[in-house]
Amino acid sequence: MPHNYFDETSDENLAVVTVIGADKPGIVAGITAVLAKHNVNIVDIAQTVVRGIFSMIMIVDLSTGNIDLPRLREELVSRGKELGVEVSVNHIAVFKAMQRV
Amino acid sequence: MFAPEEIGEIVEMLLFQDLDIRSVTLGLSIQDCASNNALDFIGCVENKLRGFANSLVKAVEKVSNKYGVKIVTKRIALTPISILLEGFAKKSIEKAVEAGIEFAKTVDKVALSAGIDYVGGYSAFVHKGITPGDFVVLESFPKALAITQTIASMINVASTYTGINVDAINIVSRKIIELANNTPKGIGCARFTVMANAPEDNPFIPGAYHGLGEPEAVVNVAVSGPGVIEAVVRRLGEKADMRTLHDYVKRAAFKITRLGELIGREVAREIGAQFGIVDLSVAPSPKIGDSVAKILEAMGVEVAGAPGSIAALYILVDAVKKGGAMATSSIGGLSGAFIPVSEDWEMNRAAMLGAITIDRLEAMMSVCNTGIDMVAIPGDTPPETIAALILDVMAIAIALDKALGVRIIPVPNSKPGDVVDFGGLLGSAVVMNIPRFSSKRFVERGGLVPPPIKRLDKG
Repeated sequence: MPHNYFDETSDENLAVVTVIGADKPGIVAGITAVLAKHNVNIVDIAQTVVRGIFSMIMIVDLSTGNIDLPRLREELVSRGKELGVEVSVNHIAVFKAMQRV
Repeated sequence: MFAPEEIGEIVEMLLFQDLDIRSVTLGLSIQDCASNNALDFIGCVENKLRGFANSLVKAVEKVSNKYGVKIVTKRIALTPISILLEGFAKKSIEKAVEAGIEFAKTVDKVALSAGIDYVGGYSAFVHKGITPGDFVVLESFPKALAITQTIASMINVASTYTGINVDAINIVSRKIIELANNTPKGIGCARFTVMANAPEDNPFIPGAYHGLGEPEAVVNVAVSGPGVIEAVVRRLGEKADMRTLHDYVKRAAFKITRLGELIGREVAREIGAQFGIVDLSVAPSPKIGDSVAKILEAMGVEVAGAPGSIAALYILVDAVKKGGAMATSSIGGLSGAFIPVSEDWEMNRAAMLGAITIDRLEAMMSVCNTGIDMVAIPGDTPPETIAALILDVMAIAIALDKALGVRIIPVPNSKPGDVVDFGGLLGSAVVMNIPRFSSKRFVERGGLVPPPIKRLDKG
């Protein structure tokens, strides 16, 4: 079996959560409540509002949590729908593969 | 770890620019199923295929879910069936045809129940001569495709090593018409291609098959990212010069290819198969925003096919190959850009405007590796004219030493200008005007066109 160089690090449990949408109160609380409920730790967070467009990027660690990535995505996307924002959840390997040589 | 811009760029590609994995194709050898008994042979293929099809579907879903990347189609490519029919054909052509049809039905049933979109390998290699097994495939592919939904067929009729088999082309062109007449709107022809220099690791249907030099089971990947490249070109604006344009396309191709490699390796690991290749092709789909023709237009030609389109396509293909080559060492397949007419909504629009014609496609194929792909032609086009069209494409392929194909659909009862909707990923196509001048006396000479002098460079 060929060696898989994408798996060498300890990032196996990290995912990137992005949230985009029209700004209004309660977005951060709504999204992070889902993470807290499943004991998923936020490793890094950046958030901006430009001309009323809210955008947030979080790097989260699923190793302490009680949920796998596909189910977390499902819950976050459906919470996003309730809040009227677009949520995407991707494994960190995608970003590593595409942005790092 | 990552700058917000870096994350934003990737999320934008995945969410808004239709970046996805167009296909994961499992190449699977069925040579071990060779038998003198048709029931044993088909039973063996059925068992082997069922196991691999189920684990492929499971693996693709798991990997797609884990990474949050859409994988559009799941495919399997089998050992060319002509080889396995050889023994039956020697005894009786009729019996071998029956075995071939039964094989197609069985494979189709397994694929449909497992959730596999296409199975390639109802194929034969006749670029220098036709064996009894090859003949059975030539004879039976129209029926095998007409009565199934997933089976795809490819006949390789030319190679730089051997030249062009005109006799085979003459048979194939008649069979294409038979297939068109036996499927609604001629849609069965979407699962059939004639090729020159067919690569063994090609993940694109209908050209996909499992070559003799391949391992037992291997995962090949094709990426789709025209939307991403179009966005890059548009963002760059009109002031950027050609070298800058090329460089930005190259960078985008690098990123797209890396995604393909990540997904391909993961699927291969899940199945326990070897990882094969990433096909560096930029391939369109009928979705708006997923068009190769739009990239050419973003570069500055008013409509695809306009003067300058060949240069624009050359820049795209060259940059994609250079960016892709840097991104993965596992290169293969057809690697370039695809401009199928019906599957690329902007190509089809350009064809309706008259900017894309058969002549224009023939010129464009000198810099890409599409050939004439998903082109609808009038149903009353004579078989000799279809043969002559195929012969033209094959000649370019061997003269330039590259892989090219012809996937042409003679739509029954249609005339030039009619629009035919094939549905789903196949899109819709305007029926193209075909020159009415005859080539009958030329193609009926038959025989072999000798290989080009390039052959001698190869030893």
